[in-house]
Amino acid sequence: MGRTLAEKVWDAHVVRQGEGEPDLLYIDLHLLHEVTSPQAFDGLRLSGRPVRRTDLTLATEDHNVPTTPGPITDPISLTQVHTLRRNCEEFGIRLYPMGDAEQGIVHVVGPQLGLTQPGMTVVCGDSHTSTHGAFGALAFGIGTSEVEHVLATQTLPLKPFRTMAITVDGELADGVSSKDIVLAVIAKIGTGGGQGYVLEFRGSAIRALSMEGRMTVCNMSIEAGARAGMIAPDETTFAYLEGRDHAPRGEDWDAAVASWRELHTDEDAEFDAEVVIDASELTPFVTWGTNPGQGAPLSHSVPDPATMDDTERQSAERALEYMGLVAGTPLRRIAIDTVFVGSCTNGRIEDLRAAAAVVKGRRVADGVRMLVVPGSARVRLQAEAEGLDTVFTEAGAEWRLPGCSMCLAMNPDKLAPGERSASTSNRNFEGRQGKGGRTHLVSPLVAAATAVRGTLSSPSDLEPLEPLVPAADLAHQEA
Amino acid sequence: MDAFTTHTGTGVPLRRSNVDTDQIIPAEYLKRVTKSGFEDGLFAAWRKDETFILNDPTYAAGSILVAGPDFGTGSSREHAVWALMNYGFRVVVSSRFADIFRGNSGKAGLLTAQCSQDDVELLWKLLENEPGTSVTVDLVSRTITAGDVVAAFDVDEYTRWRLLEGLDDISLTLRHEPDITAYEQLRPAWKPVTG
Ligand code: SF4
Repeated sequence: MGRTLAEKVWDAHVVRQGEGEPDLLYIDLHLLHEVTSPQAFDGLRLSGRPVRRTDLTLATEDHNVPTTPGPITDPISLTQVHTLRRNCEEFGIRLYPMGDAEQGIVHVVGPQLGLTQPGMTVVCGDSHTSTHGAFGALAFGIGTSEVEHVLATQTLPLKPFRTMAITVDGELADGVSSKDIVLAVIAKIGTGGGQGYVLEFRGSAIRALSMEGRMTVCNMSIEAGARAGMIAPDETTFAYLEGRDHAPRGEDWDAAVASWRELHTDEDAEFDAEVVIDASELTPFVTWGTNPGQGAPLSHSVPDPATMDDTERQSAERALEYMGLVAGTPLRRIAIDTVFVGSCTNGRIEDLRAAAAVVKGRRVADGVRMLVVPGSARVRLQAEAEGLDTVFTEAGAEWRLPGCSMCLAMNPDKLAPGERSASTSNRNFEGRQGKGGRTHLVSPLVAAATAVRGTLSSPSDLEPLEPLVPAADLAHQEA
Repeated sequence: MDAFTTHTGTGVPLRRSNVDTDQIIPAEYLKRVTKSGFEDGLFAAWRKDETFILNDPTYAAGSILVAGPDFGTGSSREHAVWALMNYGFRVVVSSRFADIFRGNSGKAGLLTAQCSQDDVELLWKLLENEPGTSVTVDLVSRTITAGDVVAAFDVDEYTRWRLLEGLDDISLTLRHEPDITAYEQLRPAWKPVTG
């Protein structure tokens, strides 16, 4: 019988199989950041073990870094960052620190350097490692003791995952993006629906996505409870990779591409589960609750918990209370005070371009602060070369330095209690963006339109920039 | 890692589903660089509410947490496991756990006992009607006993064996070091390196 993409990558990395034991899998790339690594290094030190493959390991500083110029002032953040620097130095690991030309969010840095390639196994002590699956890599988040395990052995003992096909066929309407696809998937299967599965996104709508769009989709697979998300590599993938710093060159490139072309699910392979979504029916999607599965099309209203089954109802009631929302309120009427464009979900150049195109020539609404935070130093430079920074600042938004920023309340960018954001990040959990803060997850397009109107909006809600009939003529006609 | 065969302690009924790791330990506690001392962050937001169960002195010595379905969803932070263990929990009982949380728990020596939601309801009722009831979790027979409730639980064979033996992951893998070296020699040369 044929094999799925995930099974092919898995099989190619089995170091050892034993009766009744998990497979021992080889890890091609191990990414580190300052939050989940210190205790792993501590463990190595305690047991006197070295790092087995420093050349397959890379560290970056992202979660704690401030996005305004100047040093870290929070003492605990500083300790974590200094600890990472000390550990990398002691164990001989390459690190891209704050201010470095290659620094950025770990899941933005790997792909842009060409380090993430099809068919690889990629791990990081961070659940959004699933992002790298966009290249047809098997990429997943691990805990700190697994980080220690990979550092010491470059392998992980793992039990096989089940596979789920998520087929998205059809064409996306204008103003609908990859973020809306994945939010709709999560709302459909629930935050536990992907439990134990590797999701493979396929279908014409997925094929049509850029690498950035595919990364957004895979990034959020984890929010459906899945272990990883994957997309088979194709010409789009190869074109993205060719010429990047760590991509193979010359004959190596040809050999690599030849092997990458084998990385697709065989016709006769079977998935353990299948979900089908019609892309042409999708519209901009936003969340109203406190988990990423509590979402709805922007054209809908806040749902009524009374119509839900028991478990869902309790969770929805709590969510509405926390979010300060009343069932029946049209989502478009919800006023926000903060807009965040950034994170490893939507902090890439294409995301910034999409948001900039919406705010260009417009103003951020009074009383709304909009933060635009590039995912890496490279993204920042490129955006500035394209003049996007000026577009944002002229509209009244803040243009920041790269980092995780307001995706999580670990650095100075936070929501105050009761503040409400439209955010392009990936988690709307209670307190995720700051204690008492309320998060609506949205696409970059919706975030930008929301910033302009001050209420949850899509670009189609905005007044056209140029009135069709000049205002003076209108006045004349009426007179 | 300490071996786990059987454990008897105070059961704590936590009537909440979808307890995510941000609730178990909020992000602000993640900045520490040690492996211990996370007990103050456990359910920090909820503990500000006086009526929250862990603020009830009856449960002060709680070591077996009985929670609703989908426990441990969200971020992969292992600090969630440390916070529970630092606080004194040895076992979490639920009808469904998030995969990463479950994996992290097994490695650190926290037992995640998965039983039916009906049994969870029975345990909740018992522990609420008779707070402080002692609960025994037996990993050999895979049963939870409390008062007249006897509940079977699931834990995968491999994790169970390791918990029973108190075996650490890395030493297990390093027994197969020659296999790793052999695999490395077969990797294509064009695979990327970070250096
Ligand atoms: S941007 Fe958010 S989700 Fe991504 S790595 Fe940073 S904190 Fe995690």
